[in-house]
Amino acid sequence: MMSDANYDTKELYAERHKRVQDAISLKETDRVPSVFYSMFWYAKYGGVTCRDIMYDYDKLSAIVRKVLNDFQPDCFSLPHPIIALGPSMEAMDYKQLEWPGHGTDPNVSYQFLDKEYMTAKEYEEYIFDPTGFYLTKYLPRISGVCEGFGKLPSFPGHYYIQSVLGARHFSNPAVVESFQAMARAGDEMQAMLSKAMTFAREMRDAGFPLAQGASAISPFDYFADYFRGSKGVMMDMYRKADLFLEAMDKAAVFIVRSAVAQSERQPCKIVFIPVHWAFDGLMSEEHFKTFFWPPFKKVILGLIDAGLNPLLLWEGDCTSRMELIGDIPAGKAIYWFERGDLFKAKEILGNVTCLRGNVPPSLLNTGTPEEVDEYCKTLIQVVGKGGGFILDGGIGVPDEALTENVKAMFDATHKYGNG
Amino acid sequence: MGNKADELVNAIAEMDEGKAIDLANQMLAEGIDPLEVLRLCRVAMNIVGERFEKQEYFLPELMMAGDMLEQIGAIVKPLLMDQAGGEEPETLGTIVLGTVHGDLHDIGKNIVTFMLELNGFKVIDLGIDVPIEKFIDAIEENQPQVVALSGFLTLAFDSMKETVEAIAEAGWRDKVKIMIGGGQIDEQVTNYTGADAFGKNAMEAVSLCNEWIGGAT
Repeated sequence: MMSDANYDTKELYAERHKRVQDAISLKETDRVPSVFYSMFWYAKYGGVTCRDIMYDYDKLSAIVRKVLNDFQPDCFSLPHPIIALGPSMEAMDYKQLEWPGHGTDPNVSYQFLDKEYMTAKEYEEYIFDPTGFYLTKYLPRISGVCEGFGKLPSFPGHYYIQSVLGARHFSNPAVVESFQAMARAGDEMQAMLSKAMTFAREMRDAGFPLAQGASAISPFDYFADYFRGSKGVMMDMYRKADLFLEAMDKAAVFIVRSAVAQSERQPCKIVFIPVHWAFDGLMSEEHFKTFFWPPFKKVILGLIDAGLNPLLLWEGDCTSRMELIGDIPAGKAIYWFERGDLFKAKEILGNVTCLRGNVPPSLLNTGTPEEVDEYCKTLIQVVGKGGGFILDGGIGVPDEALTENVKAMFDATHKYGNG
Repeated sequence: MGNKADELVNAIAEMDEGKAIDLANQMLAEGIDPLEVLRLCRVAMNIVGERFEKQEYFLPELMMAGDMLEQIGAIVKPLLMDQAGGEEPETLGTIVLGTVHGDLHDIGKNIVTFMLELNGFKVIDLGIDVPIEKFIDAIEENQPQVVALSGFLTLAFDSMKETVEAIAEAGWRDKVKIMIGGGQIDEQVTNYTGADAFGKNAMEAVSLCNEWIGGAT
């Protein structure tokens, strides 16, 4: 038999979960739901350094627990899979980020290293054999301890007794060393994820649904950010257009498979997709329609077909793209606009997708609670009208946000109902 | 030659990289003054800049044009060794620019540098994660009309504020205009930092400099 307290939180969980799901389905809700998403604001709130919450899993959990209790959001993003990565990144000698106390000040957030991790000439290799390229070329470039994988042969050339003879490659000392180092990193990652999932269950029992489970990426961003670098990819649109398109087509399949596999282990079916290269003025509409949207749409439709809800964080101001990104099934996705005009989004996309956002970081960091309240009120009344809206900051709660302003944002959903 | 000159300008402006490099090579082989080839490149870059301002061209086109210019520059350079130093380009004014301390992002800053230079300004680019003292030293050394602070992360709000305050303490606040820009920058941040204005993109940065320096040579 359940205690009353347990019953209450179970009810509360169901109520919040429904509120968020109804918002995604574009149904009108009793009030606009709120979500707690942050990167390193937890450190500020907990009075510890950014580095502390990257390395001390329990400390991070304790702060998140307090945050959820203090602000009572309708759902929250478990920060562990994006924050509590210090020990694993160190164990891998991960090279694509500088992180607190590792290249940057212990109290400064991640900084991504925009570099070329795959040359323009390697598109063909990626297209011919993505897995082989990834294992023997790409991994050694992004992870110091994976260098040994560069010694692995091209396995599909092995057949019959050659497959037996090929066993020797697994005893190559460099290969063995890489496997062992990655096993250690894997153990660390398992330990972190196990703590994170235990914590997520505890929070579920306390009445807080998750706001996202798996994550994914647009094929354009995949190559632009993590393979070719920004300069490289911009040239590729002119110099390697066909290969770039073919490679994105291939990557889209892997991206969907990965998100679906992650989601099988996740209670939450919302897939988080930060969108980096879509913002106004970056590329022409023609390029957007050729290179960016079609491969991305393939990923989005693949996720929806698998019963998942894509959550797209359109970073920067993507207002000019709004007319171009509405051709997806209605009531399945969330479009979170960081700086895009949400009022316009309501008009253009309001019948297609749930909207989320977008109290500006400048307001949360340097404004007053009254200003935040006023801003939220307008969003709730206009964008929340008729349903299909989740209130959040432009990029969630920014690392340096003032607590009283964060409070004002969460209070607003209770104060202004559904507009 | 007139024809080829036009063709070279067009090839660069239309992003026809192969043709542009071929034509540059042909013209140099025919004995055309390398400085004339460079002048044609600048004509083409101005067309690219104009199209960027009109939002017909975007960042990929700036990158491509910049890269073609670099390639042609590399071909021309050895041929210029014999010639006298070349003219010192006239500038409209000087801008000291950098990404503020704590922030390592440089893409936006580089685009602003590129567009300012294209529009005739001399830019002292201090790079990323620039300590406050480095800004002050560069201001004292170069006596710019404008200081431009770039930042992508929200932590840059405070770095910008501190940098502006330090410029004031060093006695330069009345002598320079300060503009800021980057991912999260808006009017509210501009007031917070004490800067004079912000630009949403590289073109607004150019407009601000034109306005402040008044096109005076």
